[in-house]
Amino acid sequence: MMTHWAAISTVARRELAAYFESPVAYVFLVIFLLLAGFFTFTFGGFFERGEASLAAFFNWLPWLFLFLVPAAGMRLWSEERRLGTIELLLTMPVAAWQAILGKFLASWLFLVIALALTFPIVVTANWLGDPDNGVIASGYVGAALLAGTYLAISCMTSALTRNQVIAFILAVVLCLLLILVGFSPLTDLLARWASPWLVEAVTKFSVLVHYDGFQKGVLDLRDLLYFLSVMAFTLLATGVVIRNHRAG
Amino acid sequence: MIKVENLSKSFGPKRAVDGISFEVGKGEVLGFLGPNGAGKSTTMRMITGFIPPSSGTVSVCGLDVLEHPIEVKRRIGYLPEAAPSYTDMSVLSFLKFAAAMRGLRGEGRRGAIRRVVELCHLESVLGQTIDTLSKGFRHRTCLAQALIHDPEVLILDEPTDGLDPNQKHEVRTLIRRMGESKAIIFSTHILEEVEAACTRAIIIDRGRIVANGTPQELKARSTSGRLEDFFRSITRSDIVAEAAA
Repeated sequence: MMTHWAAISTVARRELAAYFESPVAYVFLVIFLLLAGFFTFTFGGFFERGEASLAAFFNWLPWLFLFLVPAAGMRLWSEERRLGTIELLLTMPVAAWQAILGKFLASWLFLVIALALTFPIVVTANWLGDPDNGVIASGYVGAALLAGTYLAISCMTSALTRNQVIAFILAVVLCLLLILVGFSPLTDLLARWASPWLVEAVTKFSVLVHYDGFQKGVLDLRDLLYFLSVMAFTLLATGVVIRNHRAG
Repeated sequence: MIKVENLSKSFGPKRAVDGISFEVGKGEVLGFLGPNGAGKSTTMRMITGFIPPSSGTVSVCGLDVLEHPIEVKRRIGYLPEAAPSYTDMSVLSFLKFAAAMRGLRGEGRRGAIRRVVELCHLESVLGQTIDTLSKGFRHRTCLAQALIHDPEVLILDEPTDGLDPNQKHEVRTLIRRMGESKAIIFSTHILEEVEAACTRAIIIDRGRIVANGTPQELKARSTSGRLEDFFRSITRSDIVAEAAA
């Protein structure tokens, strides 16, 4: 008798292997690390800041992830639909939610591996100065949660279509929306005519607001709940999409 | 072992399957015949639990598909139409995955893989990526996946499609041999296959069963004594159907 976890982990292991069996994983990792380095040291002004912190890295991450996470997640379900393997997968003794969770966790783990590979930036900061490593750790937790949230959204858009490009674009648009509602140049614009409570209510939906808490080293349960509930909601939506697709 | 009662499926206004009932027992091989679009694949997808029926019931080994989906799926081996597989994987890792999904571990898994590799003649391509294989090998890889847990019930959607005559013969022989101890449904366009491998055949047309009997019985119902003539006399080609609509 397969337990829930055995089913989830079998799906997850195949999915993770699929990343590394094709060149996709390596291309993704190289591009991510190159861009992360470029943004941190060139655009982010890592050396010019005069402080030992990873702010230069973390500030750019929501924008970098905006394109890279949907790229990593777009194939999750659209590829299953294109190949027809969705029929194979869902007629094996596994519940749809186990398959959804398994695939999601595998991709998330992949993104966390990518994040972990940015350790040279941490080493550099520690070598040059004396950063607050607690803040850095909480920054990474926030980054992992942000990646998971974008990924869950990509998972949902990927279930909608057999075309990966469409899945990618839809995911970028939705993630961008979640950034923009808290992006200060835009919320300042909104604040000119809307009442303050409206601005505040809209801002609460933004990933940036909740992400910033972690970057300041503040571990707030509400921020954690925000990320987890967006993930839970979009993964449930993925389940609904897949069920409707099968029901015809 | 398989019991289908009043099974129907509608896609919007279109009724793909319209009140089908039949039973398949252990030791029976049921050939599923019909023109393209008659509802063969849709029926098979409902039996395997991939799509839910609009009405009617399916039970496998006494278990209702909707009430015990996981239990039912555990008992079925399924070869979907066009034999899909994860094309980035090697044959061996694909079979390992299928075995793990069926709860096989360790020595049990190794034994199961050895058995299906031999049955489906995959020894020479085990390490190859599925992407690089010919259609015949891809087809047999997917068939191997369906057999890996030695299921009591086999649902095979066009198992000989895309195979060369030798491979077709081989698969038919395999089906007939396995049919002695299992309940098997397979669909096909090739009428001679029915005579070669089935104990019973059902012909469906536009979602309804139009004939049900042993291949000999069906043949006897045609004036010429040929299955093909009988098939053509009771089903309408989609061209004719469209002209009538």
